Amino acid sequence: MSQPAIRTRELTKDFPVGFWRPRPYRALDRLSIEVGAGEVFGFLGPNGAGKTTTLKLLMQLLFPTSGDAEILGRPAGDLALRRRIGYLPENPYFYDHLTAEELLDYYGRLFGMAPADRRARIGRTLDRLGIGGERRLQLRKFSKGMLQRVGLAQALLNDPEVIFLDEPMSGLDPLGRRDVRALMLELRDAGRTIFFSSHILSDAEALCSQVAIVAKGRLAASGRLADMGEFAVHGWELVMANVPESALDRVRAAARQVLAVAGGRYVIDLAPDSRPEELMRELAAAGASLVSLNPVRETLEDVFVRRVAAMGDGARGDGGGR
Amino acid sequence: MRNAGVVAVAVFRESVRDKVFYNLVLFAVLLVGASILIGQLTAGQDVKIIKDLGLAATSVFGVFIAVFVGISLVSKEVDRRSVYPLLAKPISRGGFIVGKYLGLLTTLLVNTAVMTVALYAVLFFLSRNVPANVQQAWDAPALDPHLLQAIALIYVEIALVTAVALFFSSYSSPLLSAVFTLGIYVAGQFNADLKHFNEIVDAPAAAVVAKVAYYVVPDLSKFDVKLAVVHGVPVGAAYMASASLYALVYIAALLFGATTIFARRDFK
Repeated sequence: MSQPAIRTRELTKDFPVGFWRPRPYRALDRLSIEVGAGEVFGFLGPNGAGKTTTLKLLMQLLFPTSGDAEILGRPAGDLALRRRIGYLPENPYFYDHLTAEELLDYYGRLFGMAPADRRARIGRTLDRLGIGGERRLQLRKFSKGMLQRVGLAQALLNDPEVIFLDEPMSGLDPLGRRDVRALMLELRDAGRTIFFSSHILSDAEALCSQVAIVAKGRLAASGRLADMGEFAVHGWELVMANVPESALDRVRAAARQVLAVAGGRYVIDLAPDSRPEELMRELAAAGASLVSLNPVRETLEDVFVRRVAAMGDGARGDGGGR
Repeated sequence: MRNAGVVAVAVFRESVRDKVFYNLVLFAVLLVGASILIGQLTAGQDVKIIKDLGLAATSVFGVFIAVFVGISLVSKEVDRRSVYPLLAKPISRGGFIVGKYLGLLTTLLVNTAVMTVALYAVLFFLSRNVPANVQQAWDAPALDPHLLQAIALIYVEIALVTAVALFFSSYSSPLLSAVFTLGIYVAGQFNADLKHFNEIVDAPAAAVVAKVAYYVVPDLSKFDVKLAVVHGVPVGAAYMASASLYALVYIAALLFGATTIFARRDFK
């Protein structure tokens, strides 16, 4: 790999807990990851796993207890580097007395953009996020989803090379999620590196070339989702309607389990190597109709639970919110 | 540090939107109301009383804004997490602190300037019907330009109090910041008394504390020349300069402290 866009080495963060006799609480434990340029990197984990802590360490909103982080080959704290990155915090809050346009103008000035360039970028970015029509509305009147879009707009204002998004789908309705996914793919196609945290597997599946899974502050797994055994297909769930009685024996012979559900439908559980397309063809020829066919795999949540359990007492206790 | 100016403009804009300048209406009502009332009660002393009142109100209103806006300058950004996206932009934490300070200072400058104009306007209307021979008996003319000296030092004092509020705001909660800042303000008014505290109490520990406080707490009585100006006693340029320099040293130290603390702060 050429120089990674993001690299952390043994990144560790302890927070003191307790008032009279503070003791360290390890929110992040020796995290070492590398993200290549142009990748969409999913940083996955349950709440309290250390995702936001990692992002804050990368943004230097927190200082590491030990270890270090680099972005584009420069130390994470480098001021000049911030011209080349964008950051969307989790559940962002912005000055509610400002309009979306004024907020971006403020940030644009911090980037040292010339007035004409600033105006053009602000208009373009707000339109891109679908809130161009509300540019002169005070942010106090924005819904949570609209604020999330403003957050994305400010993260993209400077056309960053590396974009850090902390739970970017949070607060968005299905349409908003679809828009953000499309935006992220568009950014990926434009060669941008995206590092985003999420606890939703489908987001990662749809977007990520690489993922890292953290649990209890530790790196639990990393690599391509498709290469992770836990996320491989464990079977098929075939749902057919109007299955004739005469075909049911054939179905039972091929399936691990057959379940009759409402509306004359059958949920047929097939082994991963059972070639569901052949059974589908046979049943269709017998007069049945296809309702759905889905791969069966473990959810990210199942993996989290097992990984966390496997880590046992060696890892820290649940934190939450960090 | 160029970006400190950008932050300062944002702070000023926020002050306007947060209706900080509404205090000017109260100031105007106070001055006009007092001038009408005093004009009916006193003969020939009304201009002096209005000067006293106007200068005192300028100081009190300014300190009030400095403390209660100053204490939330940084803590509000941290509590509401608006500081997260901001500090991911190309601005240093020091630049952020200095920008916040300059922004509130600009607000206070505009506020003080408008109060000054209002005070002179009331003094003008009060004095215009007073016979010349009565005016000659006054310690100082109604539209005495030396009032500006008192107002300038009030502003310097406000600038110092703002720095104190910002210092506490950089690491403490608004409530504690308010308590500490008001504590420093009150102690600062009686700073000279702290020097000789050991002569009036028989408690060595208390005397040591008072001595330390004397050297640490700024002597805010240095900035109070209201009485002298109202009575026409001249305040020299050298005194103005030394008092301003005294404040500047404190302000620099407080901003340095605030920046140093804020630069090391974790935002959990």
